[in-house]
Amino acid sequence: MMLSSPHLREANSVPRIMRLVCVALLPGIAVYTALIGPAVLTQIFLASVAALFFEAAMLKMRALPVRRFLGDHSALVTAWLIALTFPPLSPWWLTVTGVFFAIVVAKHLYGGLGQNPFNPAMVAFAVCIIAFPALMSQWPAQGLTLPFEQQLEIVFGFSPRIDALTAATPLDAIKTALKTNALRVDNIQELLRSQNLYGTFAGRGWEWVTMTYLCGGAFLLLMGVITWHAPFAFVTSMAAAAAICWLIDPSRFSDPLFHLFSGGSMLGAFFIATDPVSGCSTPRGRLIFGCGAGLLAYLIRVFGVFPDGIAFAVLIMNICAPLIDHYTQPTVFGLRARESDT
Amino acid sequence: MMNKDTFKTIAADGLWRQNTGLVQILGLCPLLAISVNTVNAVMLALATLIVIVMSNVAIALLRRLIPHEIRIPVFILVVASLVTVVDLLFNAWFNELYVILGIFIPLIVTNCVVLARVEAFASKNPPLASAFDGIFMGLGVLWTLALLGVLRELIGNGVLLSGIDMVMPGAHALQILPEDYPGFLLAALPPGAFIMLGCLIAGKNWLSERGKRKAKERQTPPVSRRATGESPVTS
Repeated sequence: MMLSSPHLREANSVPRIMRLVCVALLPGIAVYTALIGPAVLTQIFLASVAALFFEAAMLKMRALPVRRFLGDHSALVTAWLIALTFPPLSPWWLTVTGVFFAIVVAKHLYGGLGQNPFNPAMVAFAVCIIAFPALMSQWPAQGLTLPFEQQLEIVFGFSPRIDALTAATPLDAIKTALKTNALRVDNIQELLRSQNLYGTFAGRGWEWVTMTYLCGGAFLLLMGVITWHAPFAFVTSMAAAAAICWLIDPSRFSDPLFHLFSGGSMLGAFFIATDPVSGCSTPRGRLIFGCGAGLLAYLIRVFGVFPDGIAFAVLIMNICAPLIDHYTQPTVFGLRARESDT
Repeated sequence: MMNKDTFKTIAADGLWRQNTGLVQILGLCPLLAISVNTVNAVMLALATLIVIVMSNVAIALLRRLIPHEIRIPVFILVVASLVTVVDLLFNAWFNELYVILGIFIPLIVTNCVVLARVEAFASKNPPLASAFDGIFMGLGVLWTLALLGVLRELIGNGVLLSGIDMVMPGAHALQILPEDYPGFLLAALPPGAFIMLGCLIAGKNWLSERGKRKAKERQTPPVSRRATGESPVTS
């Protein structure tokens, strides 16, 4: 029988990995909060409480030691990723529904941590964007600064949701332009500038959030929590796909740099495609996984109907991960490539 | 001819132990496609029930005349002609609903529940028992489809019995959840049907397991009585 990966290589315990992932998310959270306001922190708090509650309830129902598994922080990482990928002003029940699907359905119904074939946070995103497409596309307008109390009122449903609060994200603006095909500008940057959505090299404001996700990812690389394969492949394939479209028609497609620093690209590349459970576990497998996820994410976000494609791309690659792992098993030491296949 | 026990077994098999949707997992295509709301689900299940009963009786009557080697084509022909009857009845009485159910009424021919009952039961049993088997298998289909329809409609839109006016003119759908319920679109979409059916199957298995455990406990005397040692009675 072939031993299934992952093989234990170092003293990385689950709680340590999860703690480091949380630490790596902190700078991104800080910049995001500075951009949007404390609603981000509210969502993170809300998602964390809901995740710990569902996790404890499911552990109890499955007769597992609650304290020990609750302390591995894996539910917390899922909760933070959900809070960061959902629109910050989404109503509280939307976040809780997402967390419910992530923890109860995607994680525990499949057998708990280590058994889940799909990334729980991305399942939450996919479920919610299919079930509530309108709410999941309401991103706060650029430069909109609401006082904290008002943000809280919107999240907890005491104040009506006003359409003027939300606006198209840079990705939405591009997609609308691509669909309507009524561009009067030479390139997409001008279009975004005209809507005051373009910053230095990508979407205004968002570029710095994604930049800090990149820094957090680099930190995880340095700490040995993740390997370079999946993020590298993700970034490369997305950039390549974007570059091809951009070179063909710069008036309809934006440049690769913009895509890499828009939406959930960096979060997806470093925090989601590197998921040790639902991702691939062989080095070559991780390269294929990242490549596929990056390419699919680009295609879905540019040509699909949803605002961003990271979640669907990752879920599709999650399905393929066992197959990819099967065909990319490294040669067993001492055997030639052919022999170790059997 | 048919005693009470066989009747009881047939009823329990159809409704619970051999439930087509939850245990045999047969006929999933209409089960998942049509259970978007209660009215569609119940009406399609009724059509299936009628077909199962009629085909069971017909095959049970003909069972000695059908050559074993070509029984399947003969079964299919009999079932198909009965489905045509039901199809025309629906078209005549519930035309609006007939348009919505569309291909799924003719598709009852290929519903494996029908063929399974004919092959497994009606071809080996007398007409009366076959009729009962058809009724209870059909009721099994009916309650699973109806439950799935109720759940999906309620969670998806917060209403019940939408489209009831197609069956009973003048009746209205019931708004169960508050008006501002945002609706959970996933429940109304195909993935929602799969998730919900999975939960129903899990719930059925859980209930069955619990029933078995309880039955076992009833057979063996509780441990506490033996442990106390006060009663000298040994069985």
